[in-house]
Amino acid sequence: MPANENLVVLPAVGNKTNQLPQVRRVILCAGTGCMANGAMKVFERFQQEIAGSGLNVILELRPEAGDRDVRLSKSGCQGFCQMGPLVSVVPDGILYTRVKATDVADIVAQTLLGGEVVERLLYKDPSTRKTCRGVEDNPFYARQSRFVLNECGLLDPEDIHEYMLHGGYGAAKKAFVSMLPEEICKTISESGLRGRGGGGFPTGRKWDAARVQNSAKKYVICNGDEGDPGAFMNRSVMEGNPHSVIEGLLIAARAIGANETLVYVRAEYPLAVERMKRAVADAEREGILGDDVFGTGLSLKCSVMEGAGAFVCGEETAMIASIEGLRGMPSPKPPFPAQSGLWGKPTIINNVETLAHVVRILNVGPEVFRSIGTKDSPGTKTFALTGHVANTGLVEVPFGTTLREIVQNIGGGVTDDAGKPIKGGFKAVQIGGPSGGCLTQDHLDLPLAYESLRAVGAMVGSGGLVVMNERTCMVNIAHFFMEFTQRESCGKCVLCREGTKQLLALLGDVMEGRATADTLDLMEKLGRAVQVGSLCGLGKTAPNPVLSTLRYFRKEYEEHVFEKRCRTGQCKSLLKPEIIAAKCKGCGVCIKACPTGAITGEKKMPHSIDPELCIKCGACAAACKLHAVEGV
Amino acid sequence: MASAPVAIDSAMKFEKVCDILARHQYRPSGLIPILQAVQHEYQYLPEEILTYVATALDVPPARVYGVATFYAHFALEPKGKHVIRICDGTACHVKQSLPVLNALHQKLGTSEKQKTSPDMMFTVETVACLGACGLAPVVVIDEQVYGQITPERAIALVNEIKLQESTQSHVSEMTAAQAVNGGSNAC
Repeated sequence: MPANENLVVLPAVGNKTNQLPQVRRVILCAGTGCMANGAMKVFERFQQEIAGSGLNVILELRPEAGDRDVRLSKSGCQGFCQMGPLVSVVPDGILYTRVKATDVADIVAQTLLGGEVVERLLYKDPSTRKTCRGVEDNPFYARQSRFVLNECGLLDPEDIHEYMLHGGYGAAKKAFVSMLPEEICKTISESGLRGRGGGGFPTGRKWDAARVQNSAKKYVICNGDEGDPGAFMNRSVMEGNPHSVIEGLLIAARAIGANETLVYVRAEYPLAVERMKRAVADAEREGILGDDVFGTGLSLKCSVMEGAGAFVCGEETAMIASIEGLRGMPSPKPPFPAQSGLWGKPTIINNVETLAHVVRILNVGPEVFRSIGTKDSPGTKTFALTGHVANTGLVEVPFGTTLREIVQNIGGGVTDDAGKPIKGGFKAVQIGGPSGGCLTQDHLDLPLAYESLRAVGAMVGSGGLVVMNERTCMVNIAHFFMEFTQRESCGKCVLCREGTKQLLALLGDVMEGRATADTLDLMEKLGRAVQVGSLCGLGKTAPNPVLSTLRYFRKEYEEHVFEKRCRTGQCKSLLKPEIIAAKCKGCGVCIKACPTGAITGEKKMPHSIDPELCIKCGACAAACKLHAVEGV
Repeated sequence: MASAPVAIDSAMKFEKVCDILARHQYRPSGLIPILQAVQHEYQYLPEEILTYVATALDVPPARVYGVATFYAHFALEPKGKHVIRICDGTACHVKQSLPVLNALHQKLGTSEKQKTSPDMMFTVETVACLGACGLAPVVVIDEQVYGQITPERAIALVNEIKLQESTQSHVSEMTAAQAVNGGSNAC
């Protein structure tokens, strides 16, 4: 393990409830994952069962709540998506997984009335076979530092009062009532907070640049256009704790002297749009947003805008164009948006997660924030852990945590295609989405931080972390990302528009056996040219997946080029259909299954395939019980 | 007489567009929300409405067309009754979302280019990421999310919808027939 003297681990989840009355709470996860697995049915059944049990369901937490009161609520994403629907019982500290409507009666009878645990619904760690009662002894949660995500899994996202009861809007009030704009900027600068959207620019410095502008009109925009395929952290925060985003906007607006804010949400996230709109309306009703913010006489408006499906709009200047009703094309910087942004006015654009961190920094102080993570990358970062890993979901860890900790300990190790844990088998992690790169076995002990990742050709990006096993072809993955960026290139810069197209074609050549000795070098040259010749982050980072796989998996590329072979069998064009003579008993099933008559052979003698006639449909392999057919 | 309903229909069309434009105060900066509202109303962006919007906002039609074609969310052709969206984000991709897409294309007679089935019943499209990566691979059918999907399950879901459709159309044919029989006096 590399030395990380600055790494301090925060207490785990569940410590925030102490200011609240100790009434029993049943919290059902209503994140996208759990909803898809039937969480709403479970919720309805809870309502019926609790009503029939003689317990009182209370709608709001009150200090005078009695013993028989149960607060039943929905929360945002609790992170452990793979095991949903999730039900937590607080303060008992129980986490039930994979809860079905039919399990509800038992939870009510045994846990709520009897005070006991329903053993069969607890999570069992597949590697240690240990049963975990709650989040404290569950390795998925216990090894995380859930700073931003904590409240996502606890609060009812549609209840502004619950948020306020948890101290919500306290930081914003402090910012408006007892802090000067320069003080706020200074606090954020001291905390060392860096933008969580990918670039990692110091937030305090960005704010200061907008603060010093002399303009009556300034804007703050929350960037919720999370277009990176394989990432859903911002979605979870907007869905699970929308008020923290609004509170962050309030603080940012106060810091730079803005009176108008806007939340730009991706169109593919309808629930996030709905929750953000509702949260804005609730905050207006409570007098938090409006013409007299916290009685200061200052006015602040907030609106929610739905994106229309363009990845490039995550780039600041493109997003501004989109808000102005134009095609989302980036423009050159300078002028920076902090000087001249939306409608030519000073504008700050912050990522959802950045804003959520701002609230916490004002609450706990910059020193505490700085004490977590590494020197140059303080604080925590959420990652969307997906792919071939046992525990998929949302994780939050301090910067400086190693990949091994995330994949092996929190993620529970690598799995096969069917989702079963396998020993070894780790091939790579794709970090940062289409702008990021691949990390290999050699990087498992690298502490994750902005600089350390950049040094190895990857980036933190928005935080997508896709684990891949040995059966994944790296050329295929590079092709997948290139296809994405090529499609999403706005077309303004020639090198990005045409270069990504050519890179995609070259990757196609490699995958289909047309590549020559020059192809790989040409790809590297072209990739570097696209990086240099593009205006915005999309083009500058588009070649990263190709360059980083070429760097770390060159041998695999060379196998494709020189041996016309794909070791994973994913590149179909390179497959050579073959019947393994030692396995074939000559039963003739494959001959009947073949639609083109490509298979011949005498009965009880090994058969053979004519590669000229074979169309690689796979019918023979599916029919053969002896698994004698390979390469189709 | 056959032209009368069409005239009424198109008048209704523009009335709704006028409502939408009024709600956004005829501001060209509101073009994207305006087009979103139009698409919400008609399921796609009909060409004559795009021209109308351009005239009403006093901007060149090229700008409206440019915006409508730039963003993936806007559709210039009508979609099928049921929209099936297959996520091809990174997590879904590495967990084999392409076989699901191919199975659906084969089942419904659709393709990469021809996204809507000939009977206008289904549209099959891929999206970059639905943000439900924990459940990969994911398919969304008419806003309902289905996780850990396999080609077989996808086909089963389509069959279910087809079955519902056929019973529904049977019922509606029956009610239509009843209405004709029962309502003959009213004519």
